[in-house]
Amino acid sequence: MLWACLRFPGLAFSAAFAATPEAGPSALLDNHARQRLIASANDEARAQGIRRGQSVAAARALCPALEVRPRDRDAEKRLLAELAAWCYQFSGHVSLVPSNAILMEVGASLRLFDGWPVLAERVRAGLHEQGHPHTLAATPFASASWVFAATADGMVIPEREGVIRMLGALPLTQSGLPATAIVALHAMGFRRLDDIFRLPRPELTRRIGRAGVNWIDRIRGQAVDALPAWQPPASFLQKIEFDGELDGSQPLLFPLRRLTRALANLLAARDGGVQRFTLTLEHARGEATRIVVAMAAPQRDAERLFELARTRLERATLPAPARAIELHADELPVFRPPVRDLFEPVRGDGLDWPTLDERLRARLGDAALRQLMVVNDHRPERASRHGVPTATVSLPRGRRPLWLLPRPMPMRPDPVAVLAGPERIESGWWDGGDTRRDYYIVRTMHGQQAWAYLPPGMLDGWMLHGWFA
Amino acid sequence: MNAAIASPTLAQVLDHPGIWRRSADRQPRVRALSTGWASLDGRLPGGGWPQGAVSEILFEHDGLGELDLVMPALAALTQEHRRVIFVAPPYQPYAPALAAAGVDLRFLHEIHAGTTEAAWSMEQCLRSGCCGAVVGWLPDIDYRSLRRLQLAAETGDACAMIFRSAEHAAQNSPAALRLKVSNSDEATYVDVLKSRGLLTTTAPLLRMRA
Repeated sequence: MLWACLRFPGLAFSAAFAATPEAGPSALLDNHARQRLIASANDEARAQGIRRGQSVAAARALCPALEVRPRDRDAEKRLLAELAAWCYQFSGHVSLVPSNAILMEVGASLRLFDGWPVLAERVRAGLHEQGHPHTLAATPFASASWVFAATADGMVIPEREGVIRMLGALPLTQSGLPATAIVALHAMGFRRLDDIFRLPRPELTRRIGRAGVNWIDRIRGQAVDALPAWQPPASFLQKIEFDGELDGSQPLLFPLRRLTRALANLLAARDGGVQRFTLTLEHARGEATRIVVAMAAPQRDAERLFELARTRLERATLPAPARAIELHADELPVFRPPVRDLFEPVRGDGLDWPTLDERLRARLGDAALRQLMVVNDHRPERASRHGVPTATVSLPRGRRPLWLLPRPMPMRPDPVAVLAGPERIESGWWDGGDTRRDYYIVRTMHGQQAWAYLPPGMLDGWMLHGWFA
Repeated sequence: MNAAIASPTLAQVLDHPGIWRRSADRQPRVRALSTGWASLDGRLPGGGWPQGAVSEILFEHDGLGELDLVMPALAALTQEHRRVIFVAPPYQPYAPALAAAGVDLRFLHEIHAGTTEAAWSMEQCLRSGCCGAVVGWLPDIDYRSLRRLQLAAETGDACAMIFRSAEHAAQNSPAALRLKVSNSDEATYVDVLKSRGLLTTTAPLLRMRA
């Protein structure tokens, strides 16, 4: 077992500023406190003297341009779950743990990723790309990894003895023990974990309680951590609400990127793709705007998903400024990366079909691109439909024209010759689309071959329905 | 000395690829896609629809079998899992007839678009390199746009087929191949108006339909 722990010191910021990028000095408020006190500040704010625990008034006096927002704990939870989804590609056992941290068992995946250095590098590069500052540590014990991730970024200790030794050197304030226990131990003159590791067990229990001892056992690997495994959800639904209203598509791109990135992370976790998702823009008044983004083949690449959504968003006309944006995807099919024949020469622009299809859809709209499928129905107008064709089809016995008219029309003048027929087509009595016709292949005076019908038993009233083009 | 180094005949000398003869029956190599109609293949340089080029099919009326002319080639492409695109068809292509002609519908796509968008779509598809054939109904396309399509077809090494009214037969065209489909009382005829790689364009009429 090797438990890797990721901590995200910037997570509260990312969650609170999901709708707009934090620009300039910014700070978060802890809403639970009765007074509105600064809970954390970004680098720019800290540079201007903003500190945790200051009142908003004091902070504003130091830095008038300070952007202040309340912490959004629900959004933090969602963001952490999104990161868990992303981590799922590295490990089958991912757990969310308090103070915005993630634990994952990577011992079983080390061989797959060519060892810890490569795995760690991939994790870090991925998080860096997504803009999430983080610390990472790994040990055989989950709780110990959690402790080290907070104090010793990058530490990896594969053996138990090493973990105990390193833990021993830690000051008690960084041990993860409850604050009351730390105060009590300090009062007794203990400073480092080593000091209390040496204490007899009953002695230690008397001083820091059963819970404290239990924690010490867990970080030393003498008690097992029970960590519920995170499971990737079967669908994706995420919404970002704005403080004010955003007008036009440009300001929406930042939250859109957040959403498509989150979707891509979930897809990575599920080893799936997405072929269709819906963007919903809520307005202060009137109906929400729904934008459906459909693709020719399942996709999972974050950048591709963003570009697709962006194109659609920019094409859409918004009736009013938007108050919130939501991304919903409930079909997450299995993803198969496009396979190109190694020896197939790349021609022209070297586009694959999905890319070309997307380019065409982006300019012409989804409705302009269609495929045809054969439907097992005797009525000619229902035997061909737009849809997703299948490999096997059942065909009518008679000859059929390549062109079908959108609807039958009277034929003037009458055909000059009947070449084949009649073929009686009688169907649809069960669904109200009752049809009874005698179809003929006929020749017109211009030498054209047409598909035309007469009502049964009649000799005139020719209706033209198709061309043998 | 043995017979292998016997002095070559004149015919053997002339067969040598290094020797150029001006001749009507020795045509430059044209890569082509069999039309599936043996009598038509026999009349076309390379033996079929020129690849990486535009073919124009000019027809007098709907329903003369003009689309039948291209179906065997399109069916063969889709069966090889290569994409075929219909751009701006004038009527609804009828799925049962297409399937009966051997088209694997999974690889046939339709694009519905107005005149300018149709030419743009066709160019994109041809250039992409991922389409086997692009068939367009572009009644009003001009010389310049045809030229663009010709270049796009060369770039993507795709077969471009353009259906237009026979009225345009007299106009100049950059297409590599131009066929005219017409009829006389009993049968449909295919006339080769122009064919790049054929020194003579006075090919006899081809009778299509019984």
